[in-house]
Amino acid sequence: MNAAFALLRRDLSLALRNVGETLTVLAFFVIAATLFPFGIGPEPQILARVATGIVWVVALLASLLPLERLFQAEADEGGLDQLLLAPAPLEALALAKCAALWIGSAVPLIAVSPIVAAMLQLPSEAFGTLLASLLLGTPSLALLGGIGAALAVGARKGSALLALIVLPLAIPVLIFAVAAVEAQIAGLSVRPHLFLLAGFAVFWLTVAPFAMAAALRQAAS
Amino acid sequence: MTGESAAGLSGRELACMRGGRTVFAKLDFGFAPGELVVLRGPNGAGKSSLLRVLAGLVAPAEGTLAWHGADIADDPAGHRARLQYVGHLDALKANLTAREHLRFHAALREVGARDGEAHHIAHALDVFGLAKLADRPARFLSQGQKRRVALARLCVAPAALWLLDEPTNGLDTEGVACLAAAIADKREGGGIVVAATHLDFPGSQARTLTLSPSQ
Repeated sequence: MNAAFALLRRDLSLALRNVGETLTVLAFFVIAATLFPFGIGPEPQILARVATGIVWVVALLASLLPLERLFQAEADEGGLDQLLLAPAPLEALALAKCAALWIGSAVPLIAVSPIVAAMLQLPSEAFGTLLASLLLGTPSLALLGGIGAALAVGARKGSALLALIVLPLAIPVLIFAVAAVEAQIAGLSVRPHLFLLAGFAVFWLTVAPFAMAAALRQAAS
Repeated sequence: MTGESAAGLSGRELACMRGGRTVFAKLDFGFAPGELVVLRGPNGAGKSSLLRVLAGLVAPAEGTLAWHGADIADDPAGHRARLQYVGHLDALKANLTAREHLRFHAALREVGARDGEAHHIAHALDVFGLAKLADRPARFLSQGQKRRVALARLCVAPAALWLLDEPTNGLDTEGVACLAAAIADKREGGGIVVAATHLDFPGSQARTLTLSPSQ
């Protein structure tokens, strides 16, 4: 497991030295969300009604941005061969890269999400649930994004392929994340929705390492 | 060509297909411990493909590859643990220093502090003349210096088999001498070195395996 932790540490330190990439994702998130009040009008009731959906859809799109380079950069530089030849299981190494991606891009995005939500007039009592839904939902996005990124290695138009693989699979996460926040606003229990989001995360955590490893081995041969 | 000789790395009737085309076929060889094998042949003859097959990155289309007589397909993880591969790409991150690259590689090869990681890294930097450049990010290194960092990885973790794809690309004569010394050292310890290269390593008694392009 030392190798996986070393890879996680290395990718995080690279993310720290490359703050520009993280800032690009954050800027995309904030700017894309800001477009909606211009598009649908500034009425607080309408915005409040759609705020959760906007935050989540834009977060989903923003999380696609760093995916293309996740494994493609390793393949282009030759590092993928070194990962494939490491004695450690490739599944653990691929998971470490997903974990670094989540910490490096999803966590900052979650941190600024209350600002975006406030701008979109989301009722303040729903902020906690929105954060909880993002914390439980974004790991699924990072993991299934990892599968897409591994499958897209070596493909021309990799980013388009990635979106085609990842977005449909992300729909269940989107549905229950938004449902959790709406339940909070309606005064209903949010726990079933959050448990389901946690369940999705566990599911992708089980499936993704094997799928990523298989796709990466295929890409190298 | 005694493919079944027990010691070392041997191949029998190896064939490799890339994109529906046969790159090489019916290749028999036996590399003994302490040997340096230089792969030669024109571009497209399959030198890189053979190295990737030997590394286990690509499965041979036909034939078997054995280590000390045991088929490597039965124990791929064991084979990965015993070899080090330097491809034609340097696998460097622009923002990491030489020392950070070597430290990460040591961790990746499961060489920890208890196994004398720091000593191995200092030794590797020394062998390839990188001691003064150790803390410079890779983006400020020249092509040849980057190649030295890629090759210095070989010295941070033990391996019985080195597979080198055009290792001297971009190296100056001093760099080639560093590599030759590292190879000589490895052979003395009973390691096998397989290299695809156009240069002769000074003072080395190498065996040559010539690949010819197949139709």
